[in-house]
Amino acid sequence: MCLGIPAKIERIDGEYALANINGASIRIGLHLLDDVKTGDFVLVHTGYALEKLSEEEALDTIETLRQLESFDPENLTPDT
Amino acid sequence: MNFSVEFRNEKIAKALLTEIKSIIKSKIRIMEVCGGHTMAIRRYGIHTLLPNEIELLSGPGCPVCVTDQQFIDMSIAYARLPDCILLIYGDMLRIPGTASSLDREKASGCDIRIIYSTIQALEIVRKNPSKRIIFAAIGFETTVPGTAIALKQAKIEGLDNFFVLCAHKTMPMAMETLIEEGIPIDGYIGPGHVSAIAGSKIFDPLATKYNIPVVISGFEPVDLLQSVCLLVQMFQEGRSGVEIQYKRLVTHQGNVKAQHLIEEVFEPDTQYWRGIGAIPGSGLKIRKGYEKFDVQKQLPIQVERGPEPKGCLCGQILKGIKRPTDCKLFGKTCTPTHPIGACMVSSEGSCQSFYTYQSPEDLRESIV
Repeated sequence: MCLGIPAKIERIDGEYALANINGASIRIGLHLLDDVKTGDFVLVHTGYALEKLSEEEALDTIETLRQLESFDPENLTPDT
Repeated sequence: MNFSVEFRNEKIAKALLTEIKSIIKSKIRIMEVCGGHTMAIRRYGIHTLLPNEIELLSGPGCPVCVTDQQFIDMSIAYARLPDCILLIYGDMLRIPGTASSLDREKASGCDIRIIYSTIQALEIVRKNPSKRIIFAAIGFETTVPGTAIALKQAKIEGLDNFFVLCAHKTMPMAMETLIEEGIPIDGYIGPGHVSAIAGSKIFDPLATKYNIPVVISGFEPVDLLQSVCLLVQMFQEGRSGVEIQYKRLVTHQGNVKAQHLIEEVFEPDTQYWRGIGAIPGSGLKIRKGYEKFDVQKQLPIQVERGPEPKGCLCGQILKGIKRPTDCKLFGKTCTPTHPIGACMVSSEGSCQSFYTYQSPEDLRESIV
């Protein structure tokens, strides 16, 4: 029940939106968020967008971890 | 970007493991209190990668598992009423009640329907004006807003046939209770999606009062390893406080709009947790302004609290005192297809996660 799925907003219709979850378009509720735009990433739980996902913060976390002393970029698996 | 792939990067995971191994100096017991974390730890085998000094305990974070047996019995009683449709989230179907389960009642002809979202609940309410639709609402801060939205909308639309049987719970007081009971916990992996709604601020009093580190974590392997690393660092430096690893979603303040919505519809209440008992301030009840939807006010039914299944250790497993493998029923009479205890029912339950992703580390003796 804690399961939350990242989704990309495709189309907004009032308090609802069509969101892309792994290729499938799902209707979700936007009741909990203001200022959601097409193209935003949100976390969906029980049919509602709980919060926006920040791409900037995600990249920042990954970048911080790549600075770890024991991180070996030579053997980096491709980010596909 | 793909929010999952980057956080499953093998090289970053390895670097974090090296970091953890290089800094750890003493034993540490870390508890997670979210069913999603329980499952992710087992699925990715995080517990098998960590040094022996780190013991990961699974706490009362699976909403299905902590649902009191009396609530199941009460849901069954409501499902049996004439002209009623009972709506539930999926996992609740198979939790054993004292003498039956919702699964069995459904097979006997009761109209019990599984919903994924309260958006569906209201659609069923509108389509069935002559029926009483009762939603058995379980779940933590993550799931509460969905119930609040439905109640608000039902009030606006005047949907008089919609009712809620409320067992919503909130996390911080349960975490405090475990420490008060003397269960040795050196740090908490804080629930990510609960915190997205409520903000990491809800754990500030806990961290201060008990001088304990809490790290709010995401659900991918790199998230969990980074959270463990942060907890080990904080523990060894003697630092308490709340830190956020899951920064792409969680803030200290949380989702204020959702919090206002919850505040408008619900107020704090005592809730009964399986295995732990009644905890004041650990749950929510429907406020007066919405009590026409409160099924316990409008159609009161009394149900006695029945005994827990004989031999089942769910209660102690939920507190981190016992492991699923300590239970004599585990994997023998209690399996995911024939669960005896709630922790084997839910896909996020400790017992089911142990059963699905077994490893030699499970045979280690409990250190608590």
